[in-house]
Amino acid sequence: MKGKIVAVDGSLVVAEMDGRIVQNSVGYCVRSDGTRLLSEVIRVRGQRADLQVFEETRGLRVKDPVEFDEHMLSVVLGPGLLGQIYDGLQNPLPQLASQIGYFLQPGVYINGLATDQSWDFTPTAKTGDTVAAGDTLGTVPEGIFEHRIMAPFTATGNFRIEKLAGEGSYTLDEEIAELVGEDGSTLKVTMQQNWPVKVPLSVARQRLMPVDPLVTRVRIVDSMFPIVRGGTYCIPGPFGAGKTVLQQITAKHAEIDIVVIAACGERAGEVVETLRDFPELIDPRTGRSLMERTIIICNTSAMPVAAREASVYTGATLAEYYRQMGLHVLLLADSTSRWAQAMREISGRLEEIPGEEAFPAYLESRIAAFYERAGAVELRDGRVGTLTIGGTVSPAGGNFEEPVTQGTLKVVGAFLGLSRARSDARRYPSIDPLDSWSKYGGIIETEKMVRVRRLLSHGNNVRQMMTVVGEEGTSLDDFTVALKADFFDNVYLQQNAFDKVDAATTAERQKFVFDKVLEVIDLQLEATEKTKVRQAIVVATDLFRNWNYAASDSDEYKGWLEKIDQFIASKGRT
Amino acid sequence: MRKYYDTIDRIAGNVVTVRAEDVAYDHLATITSTRGDSLAQVIRLEESQVSLQVFAGSQGVSNNDRVRFLHKPMQVPFSENLLGRVFDGSLQPRDGRGPVNGEPLDIGSPVVNPVRRRMPDQMVETGIPMIDIFNSLVESQKLPIFSVAGEPYNELLARVGLQANADIIILGGMGLRHDDYLKFRHAFEEGGVLGRAIMFVHTAADPVVECLLVPDLCLAVGEKFALQGKRVLVLLTDMTAFSDALKEIAIIMEQIPSNRGYPGDLYTQLARRYEKAVDFDEAGSMTVLACVTMPGDDVTHPVPDNTGYITEGQFYLRNGRIEPFGSLSRLKQQVNGKTRDDHRAIMDSCIQLYALCRESREKRDMGFEMSDWDRKLLRFGTMFEDRIMDLSLNLPLFDALDRCWKMLAECFEPAETGIRRAIIEKHWPQSLV
Repeated sequence: MKGKIVAVDGSLVVAEMDGRIVQNSVGYCVRSDGTRLLSEVIRVRGQRADLQVFEETRGLRVKDPVEFDEHMLSVVLGPGLLGQIYDGLQNPLPQLASQIGYFLQPGVYINGLATDQSWDFTPTAKTGDTVAAGDTLGTVPEGIFEHRIMAPFTATGNFRIEKLAGEGSYTLDEEIAELVGEDGSTLKVTMQQNWPVKVPLSVARQRLMPVDPLVTRVRIVDSMFPIVRGGTYCIPGPFGAGKTVLQQITAKHAEIDIVVIAACGERAGEVVETLRDFPELIDPRTGRSLMERTIIICNTSAMPVAAREASVYTGATLAEYYRQMGLHVLLLADSTSRWAQAMREISGRLEEIPGEEAFPAYLESRIAAFYERAGAVELRDGRVGTLTIGGTVSPAGGNFEEPVTQGTLKVVGAFLGLSRARSDARRYPSIDPLDSWSKYGGIIETEKMVRVRRLLSHGNNVRQMMTVVGEEGTSLDDFTVALKADFFDNVYLQQNAFDKVDAATTAERQKFVFDKVLEVIDLQLEATEKTKVRQAIVVATDLFRNWNYAASDSDEYKGWLEKIDQFIASKGRT
Repeated sequence: MRKYYDTIDRIAGNVVTVRAEDVAYDHLATITSTRGDSLAQVIRLEESQVSLQVFAGSQGVSNNDRVRFLHKPMQVPFSENLLGRVFDGSLQPRDGRGPVNGEPLDIGSPVVNPVRRRMPDQMVETGIPMIDIFNSLVESQKLPIFSVAGEPYNELLARVGLQANADIIILGGMGLRHDDYLKFRHAFEEGGVLGRAIMFVHTAADPVVECLLVPDLCLAVGEKFALQGKRVLVLLTDMTAFSDALKEIAIIMEQIPSNRGYPGDLYTQLARRYEKAVDFDEAGSMTVLACVTMPGDDVTHPVPDNTGYITEGQFYLRNGRIEPFGSLSRLKQQVNGKTRDDHRAIMDSCIQLYALCRESREKRDMGFEMSDWDRKLLRFGTMFEDRIMDLSLNLPLFDALDRCWKMLAECFEPAETGIRRAIIEKHWPQSLV
């Protein structure tokens, strides 16, 4: 279908179209110099289509042509996605850089996957087999994974494999199979396929209850506010509270197969840090570069706003694709507030009736639909794949009572709220141990977790009281509780992201340390006077801190552990 | 061919709507009224209706004045001759000299591809110890100074401009009082940096639309110099005035306001400017230091709040000093590990001791008895404020570090500073021990 532009307002263009107009289809607005700007239909009124343009609209004129087909905004799926750095529309940024230099020129698009590269295909099905959408036809090695080549997800019904390529090397454009449907229609299959980003991709027998803990190796998360494979969580926090650092260490250390990072409307500098760091970092579990398990979707704050809205969906689709292979995938979206703001901007241009703080009325349902793309699924062949989604939220003024935070809290399974007070006091990660919550079960027994939470909240109450009545006016019991709560905070909840050892604590070590910390908390220190209590806690804090910095099972580690045991034994006697 | 249009349908605020054809979005026009010619920019197209924001304002524009379209976006002539010059927001010389000719440069260029950015690792020395030691400014950093009306933020910016080791200094003034502009100009002349400085100045008396172009002009010119390998420092003041100008236009255009009347795209608009700060792979860099005045000293106001989410840290300027607490340069870790081995130790130790000093002061003010330790801290605090926090200082980094050591030695025993033994042994001033 073709048409002509009738109005331009920021990233919104109105076009008068001939014939059929498909909502959410993509096409191009053609500038008079021939540059084609990718656009999407977001509203249809009569023969007029409102288009959001994924580029700067500078230079467009009334009566400039627009060209659309009926495809929705899609990404290409196939081997070669891992290790890529894409913009929000799946253009590979390194290739763009080598083609057009320092700047991202509007109207230059590159296919998301290189079609000239060959992949070693090994068939796993046989000709004559019956398959349906998502069933595996064969595999190709992609880094450390067996990348499954699957029957097209768009296919409906059963198919018989008429032809299947033998073992060998093929490019993504080459046909590797021909399928014949029950009605006799034939389907030619290559190793790549397209999928519209705004439609969840899930071909599965059933959705499962997510229960397996996802170990992030961040102690306060794993032990206090656990997340699970296939679950969802959010990290709201004011600026400077450490949202991005928390996402980065999760991306580095989480015990998961694949990480998709969707940097959505955030600083370019932070993405550069990830781009430069990750290829150098070695994943201790595989011995390979971290980049081999990572996909980065990068739409920084200065890039056009409509592409920002698309970028989280692009990330979700790529993540879902790897879930279909029975892998465990983690999608980190930083920040979902920027995504919501992009919706607000577009909604404002459409002159829709605004909801709270001018966000569109459908904000909450969009947020819910996005997080619902997470989940653990049992695939058709019985394997289980999971997609976990963690999103940061950047609330205006650091106030959680705003629509994006509230809309997110309704739909996620865990809330890791960052607090300005904690980050100002340099208590990192600055997750608030009193306000945060998780609906999931983790690696620490619930009974112990509840005890510690009670201690922290009691300690906090005492602290507040102490600011009024002073140390002198506080009873010895209360004083001890406050110090013990501080102790737990200092040696367990706080973690140094920049220390080699302390940055990541395995589940096993967490359980062990947690029990040791509990032993200290259970000591009957109340028998003595306040200064002695303080002294004892200072000693214990110092011992545990040093223990945290010692590599597991090193001599140093054993040495500190021995000292801690001696300490506990000596206090136990009194 | 000088085709013009003279059917003006609407004049509201600084926006004029004219009926015209074949006009491109975001391009320029001139509008001729009894007040003379003014530039205008296309901000909306709707069938044959073209909305223009008029740089000189719409006062005196009549409904049959002539509008002529220039068929190009806003451009700035780029050449070395820009150095030493002063312009207003619509590129008219403000220094009484003739216009500059040069290669036309579109303002608001496309975004830099993140894979062509370097990890920033060069420090910008400013000679101000509160910046150099405690929150180092890093090349390619974007950093705002959060302040309130009445604080000497413009003086601070001017000092940084004078003292920083940058090749080119670009000042963007938005809503400046005329005497502030003269002060800047005077300071740059006195300091002998005018020859490598360019000023784009919009004063409070100028039409508000001209304010909107100031950051784009500065950044377009700065970016070009950076691509030529220069280290550029851009100083912007005051970004709150810029945001207010955005708000004004958005409301005239009947956009739905989001928060306290600011348009929903405030974050995007600010980010598009700040994100121009860059360290190019195999070329120069552009660093942006901006003033943001916080209405009512409220950091949750939309302008400082959105800014904080975009920039790489912030300086708080209060009571004529850079607050040591709350101020943060997110990139300082990239540079302060390789200046001198005692840099980080001094940074941590002085701030911790100064924090303790504040606690002691509170205790003293509440009438509690002072211990010897409290008295030491109090002495140190006063010394620290006089010798280090003073913004009129111009000290090379190493001298400033030495000065800190001397203060520490005058006030404390080595062990009381909490600095590692090895560093103490190397740097503790011997003559005083």
